Amino acid sequence: MNYTRALGLGSALRRAVFAPKPLRNTQVLRSAVHRRTVQTQSLKPEDGTTILNTQRLARPSSPHFTIYQPQLTWIASIANRVTGVGLSVLLYGFSLAYLVAPSTFSSVNIIEFAAGLPEWVKIVEKTVLAAPFAFHSLNGLRHLAWDTGKFLSLKGAYRTGYAVLGATAISTVALVLW
Amino acid sequence: MLSTVIKSSSTRLVHRSFASSAITRQAVPTEVKSLNKEFKIYRWNPDEPQKKPELQSYTINLNECGPMILDALIKIKNEVDPTLTFRRSCREGICGSCAMNINGQNTLACLCRIDRDENKDTKIYPLPHMYVVKDLVPDLTLFYKQYKSIEPYLQNDNPPAHGEFLQSQEDRKKLDGLYECILCACCSTSCPSYWWNQDEYLGPATLMQAYRWIADSRDGYEAHRKEKLQNEMSLYRCHTIFNCARTCPKGLNPAAAIAQIKLHLAAD
Repeated sequence: MNYTRALGLGSALRRAVFAPKPLRNTQVLRSAVHRRTVQTQSLKPEDGTTILNTQRLARPSSPHFTIYQPQLTWIASIANRVTGVGLSVLLYGFSLAYLVAPSTFSSVNIIEFAAGLPEWVKIVEKTVLAAPFAFHSLNGLRHLAWDTGKFLSLKGAYRTGYAVLGATAISTVALVLW
Repeated sequence: MLSTVIKSSSTRLVHRSFASSAITRQAVPTEVKSLNKEFKIYRWNPDEPQKKPELQSYTINLNECGPMILDALIKIKNEVDPTLTFRRSCREGICGSCAMNINGQNTLACLCRIDRDENKDTKIYPLPHMYVVKDLVPDLTLFYKQYKSIEPYLQNDNPPAHGEFLQSQEDRKKLDGLYECILCACCSTSCPSYWWNQDEYLGPATLMQAYRWIADSRDGYEAHRKEKLQNEMSLYRCHTIFNCARTCPKGLNPAAAIAQIKLHLAAD
């Protein structure tokens, strides 16, 4: 029943069944079956390609990092990238600034400027500088180990990942207190 | 209880009327409390392309459903919404059709158990950063083209004079953990590098298969295969992120295979 409904044959079959007796032979039934109530449209083979191409143009891209579960694997990788960019900007920015105005950015001036800051600002700034530096350096060692063929299992990736995070915390505290 | 009833029913008449006896009428089937779980599923219909993709919510009773996410999807399609579209075939983790992003992680719906916590909903998206054909069906054309590009078949200009290619047990062992890949695309679509550079970067699944043929002692085209990867994009967009190994539903490690290719290329 579902099958005939899906094909749009329902009404055609009904007409055949309720037709006067002499008409209810197989011949009539067959011709009734052939008269479907659904409208079909004949397409040339190349029309299929056109339909596919219009559909392809409208296709959305499925969501990615906004829905992906945060995992140590890719979060650590992004953190490595971000800290690397940050440290590079600082290094190149400071070097260029020194090149432009050597007297303003001389060591003496910077030491005097830093010494005059309140204690809590010193601690915050040291943390902001020390944490990315420690993480990026230690994670760099992790990458070097991978490139020599060590710790290449999933377990190895997680163990070294947590080790880097722990070591980063310790080094950051040590650098801030130093 | 049953045996005592039968024993006491000495006459045939009593025996035959057992089915409607007082005892069976009393035996009410224990009622199982319904366990309603909400599934939020990504929907997009190519027939209405101007409508933005959205999450549609379905609630089903887990006590009338199989244990896996695929069972839930099939139940929703059969009983709630027949327009829900997804790929499935073997329901046992060997065809790779039902790969999708379930609760933020790529896996096969047929191998992923439903979390039975009623208070938490389960979110299901198609594989990340892929063009969507409809609902949970991603367009894998490029993925298969990339696989084809690494020439994934045995190539050897000097076949043995008679019989088959022979291989030592050690050489055969090198292929373990590589040949089991079912090309479900879970790993490639979990890889951030592949998200940003899939037009040029081959991705973990394809690269692991590239290594499968580099590592094969019977293949004679190792140099040619390595030459094809010796450029900035095809291989070296891998930054050893390990999302691939983390997500693989077959427990394989594409990251290690790619690292092996890098070592092979460095030794050239």
